[in-house]
Amino acid sequence: MNGPRRAFLRLLALGSGVAAACRAKAPAPLPSLLGAPISPYGDRSPFVKATRQISDRTRTPEQASSLTPLADTYGIITPSSLHFERHHSGVPKIDPDEHRLMIHGMVDRPLVFTVAELQRLPSISRIHFVECSGNGGNGWAPTPRPTVQGTHGLTSCSEWTGVKLSLLLGEVGVQSGASWILAEGADPGKMTRSVPMAKAMDDAMVVYAQNGEPLRPEQGFPLRLFLPGWERNSNVKWLRRLKVVDQPYMTREETSKYTDLMPDGTARQFTLVMDAKSVVTHPSGGQKLVGPGFHEISGIAWTGRGRITRVEITTDGGATWKDAALQEPVLPRAHTRFRFAWDWDGGEAVVASRVTDETGYMQPTRAELVAVRGVNSNYHNNMIQAWKVRGDGAVEYAVI
Amino acid sequence: MRSFSILVFAAALGAVAVAQSAHYKVGRPPTPDEVKAWDIAIGPEGKELPSGRGAVDRGKVVYADQCSRCHGATGVEGPEAPLVGGQGTLKSKRPIKTVGSYWPYATTLFDYINRAMPFDRPTIMSADDVYAVTAYLLNVNGIIKPDEVMDAHTLPAVRMPNRDGFVPDPRPDVGTRKTKGR
Repeated sequence: MNGPRRAFLRLLALGSGVAAACRAKAPAPLPSLLGAPISPYGDRSPFVKATRQISDRTRTPEQASSLTPLADTYGIITPSSLHFERHHSGVPKIDPDEHRLMIHGMVDRPLVFTVAELQRLPSISRIHFVECSGNGGNGWAPTPRPTVQGTHGLTSCSEWTGVKLSLLLGEVGVQSGASWILAEGADPGKMTRSVPMAKAMDDAMVVYAQNGEPLRPEQGFPLRLFLPGWERNSNVKWLRRLKVVDQPYMTREETSKYTDLMPDGTARQFTLVMDAKSVVTHPSGGQKLVGPGFHEISGIAWTGRGRITRVEITTDGGATWKDAALQEPVLPRAHTRFRFAWDWDGGEAVVASRVTDETGYMQPTRAELVAVRGVNSNYHNNMIQAWKVRGDGAVEYAVI
Repeated sequence: MRSFSILVFAAALGAVAVAQSAHYKVGRPPTPDEVKAWDIAIGPEGKELPSGRGAVDRGKVVYADQCSRCHGATGVEGPEAPLVGGQGTLKSKRPIKTVGSYWPYATTLFDYINRAMPFDRPTIMSADDVYAVTAYLLNVNGIIKPDEVMDAHTLPAVRMPNRDGFVPDPRPDVGTRKTKGR
């Protein structure tokens, strides 16, 4: 049977099923009660319950992370209220009128800017993912996590608006010999990271807005550094200071933390770019397929090295792979939504995705990663993530 | 007289222009006090370290007062990540990453304690006490002797055991099965 005809018959079958379900109930009454009045700031339907996941084992909720419910988001934009969080000393409450950004060090004109002054400058808006380099870190053990929120919820994607950092650096005049920038936040821990000048002059931004409104406090209100495609921790939130210097400052977050320990006892440092990664969000752990028949396999893919070019799907644990459709827009350093039409026969199936990016890099298996990096590097695990669909439709964590 | 006034006005304008950003003429220069108050970062050479000094004995007292409730009585008990021990474990199946086994620079220890610790009340410690507790942690990790004093000269000279343990990013190290890989 050819494809379209088969699909048409499947739709017919689906339609008759729906009709049968509707016949079983009395028809719903015509809407007649007045609805709720207008409101100054919108909220979602009370029937929508998805939330960020917070570990109940957290001793210090100010120094913790929360995870985006990827299985309950659609398209590529993460609602700001569901953007994952990772804070090192809590979310500071900052009055934007009082906040300042100082740029100094090896510059001709050290300057202090108000937020309003930065907002007067030529602006730029870009859609980019932000991902914690610890995302997927449970895969090193591997430690089963019941849902995709648990395995991959430390990535989110937003439209970010701000000023190009290269513009600001042009305003202050970078002196010769300068090669790094020390970025510091206004959180109580004054989180600090060193950023290579090449990235600062390329696509780095100082951001003040997210998804059409000012940054959320959890994302750095009123200012954050934004380094497209680079590990989240280097995208310093509540940005208050950029010091132009001639070497990395070897801060705690780039020595003791966010370094990747290898089997030979050495640790990789400044592993800043996030490699290509993809994950199936439907079907994914914790979901239950209602029964055999049509199911859309869907998920997200991204790479810190540009655009993704291909996503392949397996439903047989990696024995065979078929191309998924990529939902436009396919943007550089942004989530890309992929879809794959699947006719589930009701038998056990192991579903996974793997992405290839424009550099030709293909997402590895866990075994390929572990063969090179061992299991103690904590960060930058981009292994293929599988989900097993059991015969009863229940979906659970799997490794292929 | 009038032309003199215009000249003065123009000179003042010029001064303002120089003091603002190059093209869009926004921002203002920071005052020396502002830079001094904000610029607390200590690089690996320790050039920015403040005056002050601290000994191991005093550091033991500071540690008990400010640090032990999260890092344990001797820096190994937790509940937060251990600060002491672990040397020789980095290649093992269960590496223990501490100040002594993992941190490449002693200056980072001063910088981090000074900016972020204690967790719930950062910046309450004096420079002397930050030097002292830094000295204590270096001593209990076997890196400096009990009678050594840490200050802007001695701290950058401390050589950490894992100083040469870090390597640059070699990726892509996996996932390059396609010919276009880089």
